This record gives sequence, structure tokens and C-alpha cells, in this order.
Amino acid sequence: MTALGKDLIGLEHLSADQIRLILDTAEPFKEVSERPIKKVPALRGKTIVNLFFESSTRTRISFEFAEKRLSADTVNVAASGSSVQKGETLVDTARNLEAMRIDMVVMRHPSSGAAGFLGDRIRSNVINAGDGKHEHPTQGLLDLLTIRDKHGKIEGLKVCLVGDILHSRVARSNIWGLSKLGAEVGVCGPDTLMPRGIEELGVCRFRRIEEAIEWADVLNVLRLQLERMEGGFIPSLREYYRVFGVTAERLAQAPRELTVMHPGPMNRGVEIDSRVADGKHSVILDQVTNGVAVRMAVLYLLAGGRPELAEAAKGPAGGGPE
Amino acid sequence: MSRPPPGRTTILDARALSRALQRMAVEVLELAHGTDDLVLIGIQRRGVELAERIAKLIEKEEGVLVPRGALDITLYRDDLQTVGPKPVIGETRIPGELSGKHVVIVDDVLYTGRTVRAALDELADFGRPKRISLCVLVDRGGRELPIQPDIVGKQVKMNSGERVDVLVEELDGRDEVDVVRTGGSA
Repeated sequence: MTALGKDLIGLEHLSADQIRLILDTAEPFKEVSERPIKKVPALRGKTIVNLFFESSTRTRISFEFAEKRLSADTVNVAASGSSVQKGETLVDTARNLEAMRIDMVVMRHPSSGAAGFLGDRIRSNVINAGDGKHEHPTQGLLDLLTIRDKHGKIEGLKVCLVGDILHSRVARSNIWGLSKLGAEVGVCGPDTLMPRGIEELGVCRFRRIEEAIEWADVLNVLRLQLERMEGGFIPSLREYYRVFGVTAERLAQAPRELTVMHPGPMNRGVEIDSRVADGKHSVILDQVTNGVAVRMAVLYLLAGGRPELAEAAKGPAGGGPE
Repeated sequence: MSRPPPGRTTILDARALSRALQRMAVEVLELAHGTDDLVLIGIQRRGVELAERIAKLIEKEEGVLVPRGALDITLYRDDLQTVGPKPVIGETRIPGELSGKHVVIVDDVLYTGRTVRAALDELADFGRPKRISLCVLVDRGGRELPIQPDIVGKQVKMNSGERVDVLVEELDGRDEVDVVRTGGSA
């Protein structure tokens, strides 16, 4: 088993040390993406299937870049146009892929728990690329890495998640990851989009965005899915922006330099003001850059590092890493 | 073993190591015909410190501080499965363009040659040097690949039940090269 176990399903079940190992491993991978030839042979011969049952641009491309820069062979499967539409079950789809001798599955699925369900049933490593409202661990990790880059630490920082906490897997992964690494976590959003009992996760609850801005070092602004309006969770997008929008005027009131993050895709003028998204507080594009490095680190750690083999190979160590 | 600490024999003490590096620096200069196109690339970790030392010695001699870089070959290894549970990947830092340069790879110990094989592959992805040479502090024999060093600080015949420990001031608090008996050949 690797340092992370067989699968990466969520940050809830990782220890602080495991999370730190991923962030530290991501560090040298940033440099790989700056090389003239952006590729290292570490995962040569590994076959990875990107199984996306839900549309995604950023996450899928980011995983694909990470896989290719590690020299893995990749196949993309989208739910539309696949046998899934013909009624095949998730496990059957995965077993069929496995019969073609794959090594890893990166999966996005609309049902919470789908990644863990699959991981328990197939031999390949499973990486959760977002499952329903459960977790999106690599997004949580890239958020942690971006915060650590910007502030030099995570412990003791105050990070507030703003928006639709109820439906957000990004929020859950952030809450687990941040609290394990010793940050204080806040949440701010309309009551209708706040899960019941959220305080039990040890987070502070802010009802007004102004209070959150006064408290926080970092704002992680979540995407407001436009379907939420039709679902009756908010009265109108305009009203949401007026009450909870992260605007330049509101940020100007902050007592300290705030960092503003967003997992994308942004709704400019709904949850975030364009002047903020493109302004000096924003690290939104750094998050995207870090996403590739974090995913490379996760793939690398899950693919290799089996202690029992390392132990066997240790025998005639020769000084230096030979 | 009665030697303190048991099973450990010093083959280079601080003064001998310093003399070896002096000679290696001169040999690097001879091999590269001066400092003009010379680039020293140390292999993580001890190789990086040794490359830095050699560069300082060359500077003393020639008044020129040649470009130095660091290379971590972890991602180019041929044995990912045996890397261990917590692989530490060090920094890779290449000083500018390598094409047309004379690159001297500096490492602490040359053994199977697999590290050097990986380093050659990795360097090729950074450019096309006009020449690549290999400079090692200790050559302990036991090659598994057709790779030979150009410059050697100290040659020792060792068997597989032994290990070389290179200690450098910067990381270990003292300069010393020891042969350690690990017992039982594997």
C-alpha cells in the first residue's frame, strides 16, 4: 500500500501528515511544468482512465495534463455517448475497463459516495474528481497549496467559504483539509444554502458577508449554481449579488490584505465582482496552475511508493539514491 | 568489530577529502579547457554540495564562478515501484540553456550507474550539451550499466554488503567519507 492507501476518495480520511506529504510532493512538480519539455517518465506504462459522468472542463483537462506530464497513457470516457446510456451499471463499466488492464481510474460522478463505492470494488486505484455533494479532494488540495504559497503557512489562518455550502463538495473538502492543517474555517451564505448542523464540523458561521470579510485572511468564493434559483434556494441572482456578492467596495473595508479564491467556473456579477476576480487580491489563476501540480503529486504517490518492495530493494544500498 | 563505531571505516577524512576536491577541480578545468562553456550539475543531494565546492575551488583558481545547477532524478528512475512510501523529490534547477555547453555531472558515489543513466535522460530533456562528463567523489565499482566516470576522487573496491557514506559539512556537520559494513550481501 502507498503512503496514501489505494485510493484518494476524500480529505476526511487523510491525516494531516498525508495531506502535507501531497503538498510537499506537489512543490517539485510545479517546476516540471516550467521545463522546455514538460514531461517526466515517472508513470511510463501506466494506463489511466478519466471517467466523467458529469461535465467538467477544468478538472478533466487538469487531470489529463497531470497524467500526460508524468508520461501515463490516458483514455477519456464521458457518460454521454458511452454504454452508461445503455443502462450499464457503474461497477460493470469499471470492471470492463479493468479487463483491459488499466491501472487507475479518475472519476467524476453526480452521486455522493460513488468514488468510494467504486474503490471498494475494483483493484485499480480510484481518484475522486468530485462525487455529488460529498468531496472534491484534489480541489481541496490545490486550494491548500495556493493558500500555503501565498501566506507561507496554513496553521492559524482564517479561511471563510462563501456561498452555496449546502451543495458544495469543494466546501466539504476545504473544511476537512483546512481544519486538519490547523486553519480556522468560517462559512458565510444564505440560510437556505447552509447545511443543518454545519457548526458541528467546528466552523464559525457568518450571516453577513461584511462580517466574514472583517474576520478572514482568505475568502474562498464558491460558485453559485444557477439551477439554485429555479430550485427556490435564492430569490434572484441580483439579490444574491447585492447581499452576498464579493465586491471591490466590500473588500476595501477589510482590515487586512485579503486573498480571494474561486474554484471556477465563475459567475461574474453573481458571487464575485469582476474587479475582484481580476484584481490584486485574486489568486484564482494560481489555483489553476497549482491544480496540475497537486494532481501530478497524487498520481505519483498512488502509483508508486510501495514500502514492502522498497524494503526488499534496500539490501545493497550504495550511498546516494542508487 | 572493535572500531568505534562498529563496522565503519573512514576512507577520506576532512583533509583528504579537501585534497581530492582540489585535484578534481583542476581536472575539471583541464577536461573542459577552461571555464568558458562549463556548467556543473550536481545530483541531489550530496552531489549538489560537491558541485558547489568544486565551483568555489575553480573560482579561486580562475576568478570565474561557473554556472551551477541541481538535478533530482527521482522522476526518471527505472524503479518507481520500489521508491518507498514517502519519496522526497528534491529541487531541479538548471542554470540557463544547456545546448552547446560542456556539462559536468557531479555526484558523490558511483555504483550501479543507474542514477547516471537517469541523469543523462533528464539532461537530454533540457537541451543538447556539446559534451557531458561525469565527475564522482567515490567510485565503488559494481556497475550494472556501461557507464564510466571521467574524473574520480577516490576509487575503492567494495562488495555488495558494504555502503559508502559521504558526509559534507553543509548537511552533516563534518567532511568525511566512510565505508560501512551493513552485513550479509543481498
